[in-house]
This record gives sequence, structure tokens and C-alpha cells, in this order.
Amino acid sequence: MSSRKIRVLVAKPGLDGHDRGAKVVARALRDAGMEVIYTGLRQTPEMIAEAALQEDVDAVGLSILSGAHMALVPRVLDLLKSNQQDHVKIFIGGIIPDEDVPRLLEMGVVGVYGPGTLTDQIIRDIRQAVGGTVAS
Amino acid sequence: MSLATPVLEGNRLSLARLLTQIENDSDEGRAALGELFSHTGQAHLIGVTGAPGTGKSSLVNQLARYFRNPDARQEPRRVAIVAVDPSSPFTGGAILGDRVRMRDLAGDPGVFIRSMASRGTLGGLATATSGMVQALDAAGYDLILIETVGAGQAEVDIARLAHTTLVVEAPGMGDEIQAIKAGILEIADILVVNKADRPGVENTERALRGMLQLAHPVAHRTWHHGRAEMVNAGSEEGGLDEIWQTPILRTVATEGMGIPAVGEAIIQHRQHLHGTGDWQRREHARLEAELNDLLQAELVSRWRQSVAEDLYHRTLNRLVERRISPRQAVAELIDEGKP
Repeated sequence: MSSRKIRVLVAKPGLDGHDRGAKVVARALRDAGMEVIYTGLRQTPEMIAEAALQEDVDAVGLSILSGAHMALVPRVLDLLKSNQQDHVKIFIGGIIPDEDVPRLLEMGVVGVYGPGTLTDQIIRDIRQAVGGTVAS
Repeated sequence: MSLATPVLEGNRLSLARLLTQIENDSDEGRAALGELFSHTGQAHLIGVTGAPGTGKSSLVNQLARYFRNPDARQEPRRVAIVAVDPSSPFTGGAILGDRVRMRDLAGDPGVFIRSMASRGTLGGLATATSGMVQALDAAGYDLILIETVGAGQAEVDIARLAHTTLVVEAPGMGDEIQAIKAGILEIADILVVNKADRPGVENTERALRGMLQLAHPVAHRTWHHGRAEMVNAGSEEGGLDEIWQTPILRTVATEGMGIPAVGEAIIQHRQHLHGTGDWQRREHARLEAELNDLLQAELVSRWRQSVAEDLYHRTLNRLVERRISPRQAVAELIDEGKP
């Protein structure tokens, strides 16, 4: 009997210490039946890529409120790529200025979610994005 | 291509993917495990269990660091960690948070950490834990630390899987010592009183010591006679030195205090198992138990495929109407369901 669960890494790269949002999202994904690996605060891009590899996740959610997203996100994407994990979908939450959103999406980020986003939206997007890569 | 070959060559991405296949019980995973099984049996499997919040993850983090950087007498060992957290009984989802305490290990290629959800299995482990441990064993990790779900009384499956079982306690849990005394204390090869900088550590230690003497009356009696007359099944010939005396060790895992003593106790326990032949006996018992589990699961699933759906539901309905008992239903189904 084979069964498949969506596995998501929720991580906070960089130096801001505010993880309420990340925990809310982690909890919502859990309630949607996903397995969420939560890594805690102040992760380097290297730590995130390594955890994503060891845990063989389908998606990575990054919560960034420090304003360092334009430095951190490309670094995580590069590391995933060099680990042959191009299939892993990246989601971003936190405080991201509107003008940066198109640039992040261009880099290959699947969704950017600011304050007030409904968790249902995130869940729907993850299911849709991962659905293509997860052979059930 | 099978994942077995790259896993044996040390490819971490292939290992991670194989672990997913095993967890999902896919055909590919089963096939690869079949290829890998002859390469297993080398690793020392160390279980870490205890109530939620006693510091299991922090202790595992520190033990992994210890075995990566031991004192001058020992070689660094490659360490894998399997950390199990509970799945929601309602949604099947899970939050796997053990990595939060293991950030010290990031960046070390000699460490591989994998989180897994219990996926409805009781007993503190998940159904696939044993298979995942086999894959890590075949991949060449010398020590595999298996952290269970926060455990209460009866989550003792870990003792069957691991060679060495650590039970972690913490001061200030007072009455909960009472709650765990029957089941979980008995499986401990090493007892760790973590958070030993907290008040009440002496009381916890004393309670554990008292409990151990009650839990191991045989060893206790042997001590009085000076010779082993009755010890655990399988080692009737043994003398006093053949009985493992469960040590009680204090640690403050967040600060690394007391960790070398625990690491040394783990190594001593391994030597003890090898010296007494208990290692072989445990392996035998473990593999027999796994064989029986798999046989049961496979037989049920094959039988279920062979039995006509309408017969099954007819019998179930009669059971619900209380015209037959559950046992009669089973007898009926197995006799009539025969192909």
C-alpha cells in the first residue's frame, strides 16, 4: 500500500527573530494534511538547502521580514539547483515590497504572500504547484 | 535505475529520495531495500525516548556532536539521525520540529538528519522507521540515533529496534515518574536525567534508582549471591559481569554538560552486547519480530484481495446487527473466504 504526503520545509533565513507568521503557516499546512519540517530561526541558505535535501521535501516556504529577501532568495535557489533539487517549489512569506514581487517570481519563486493572505490560498497554491511533480 | 547503487556510493540526494520511497512503501523502495539488505547490520542503532519536553532532540544533537568529535582515543563516526514526531490523527498532517534543536550539526557531511511523521502508528515509531534505518545502515552510517515520538507509558517499540535504548527524564515531572515506571523504564539500557541544572534533580535520580531496583529484581538478587543464578533468558551461564547495570547519568543537553559520559556509556553498552553475545540475540529477536510483522501485514492484505467484497460486507452487516460475534465473523470470513 503506497501513500504520498506533501512534505514542506518551513524556514526562516536571515537575522530577524519574528517567527509568528512562519508558525501560523506551518500549522495551517499541518491541518491541510501536509508534513511540515520546521527548522526554527536564523537559518543560513546553506542550512536550508541541506535540510531540503536530507528531508527530500516537495516545497520550501521562506519567511523573511528583514528586507534581505533579494539577497537570500537567489542564494537558496542557487543552492537547491546545485543540489539537483530544481523540482522543489519555493514560497515566500513576510514583508516583501510590491516592486520586488515580480522579480522574485521571475527567479522561479512560486508565490509571495504578505500579511493578510488567507492560509487557504497558500495551501491551494502549494497543492497545485507540487501536484505536477509528485507522482502519487 | 535503482537507487541502491548511488546510495551505496554515498550519494546523499539518492539516499534522501530512497528514504521517501521507503516511507511511502513504494515498489521502488521495496526493491532497493531488497538490494541493500545484505549491506546492513554494521551500524549501532541507538534509541532515544522519553516524555515530551525532556530534551530528547537536544540530547541527540549533543550525542551526534560527541561522536563526530570524540576524544583522542576514538575515530570520528558517521552519524545518522531519524527523528519521529506525531501525525495528526484527524488530518494526517504533522509538524516535524526536531531539527530546530539540531542546528549545530548543519554543514557536517558526516551527519544525515531525517525527520519522519508517525503516520498513525502507535508505539513511538512509524511503520517505515525500520526500513529507513536499514537504508541509512547500508549507506555506511556507523551510528544511527533514533528519536521517538514523546513517549508516555507503552511506547516501547524502540527497544525492539535499537541495540541501545536511552530513556530521557527531567526533574520536576514528579508524579510522571509514577506514570512511566512500569513500561518505559524497563527498556532503558541507559537512563539520562536531563535538565540536571534544575531543582529536584536529586529526587528524580533517587526515584529512578529506586525504580530500577524494583524493575530489575533478578539483577538485584544476583548482586547478593555474587553469582548469576537467574538472569535474562539466553544467558543462564553468565556471571555478574554479564548483567548490564543500567547507569543513571545527569546531563544539561543545551550546554553539553554530561554528554561525554553518556557517549562512553553507549560505547560500553555496545562492547557489553558484543562480549555477552546479546548483540546476536537482539538481532535475531529483532529480525524475527520484523518478519512476523511483515508476514501478518502481507497475509492480511493478500487475504483481503482474495475475499469477495460482498461476502465481506454481508458478514460485517451481520456483525453490526449483532447476529454474530466479532470472533464468529472472523472464523466465517476466513473459512468461507478461502479461494
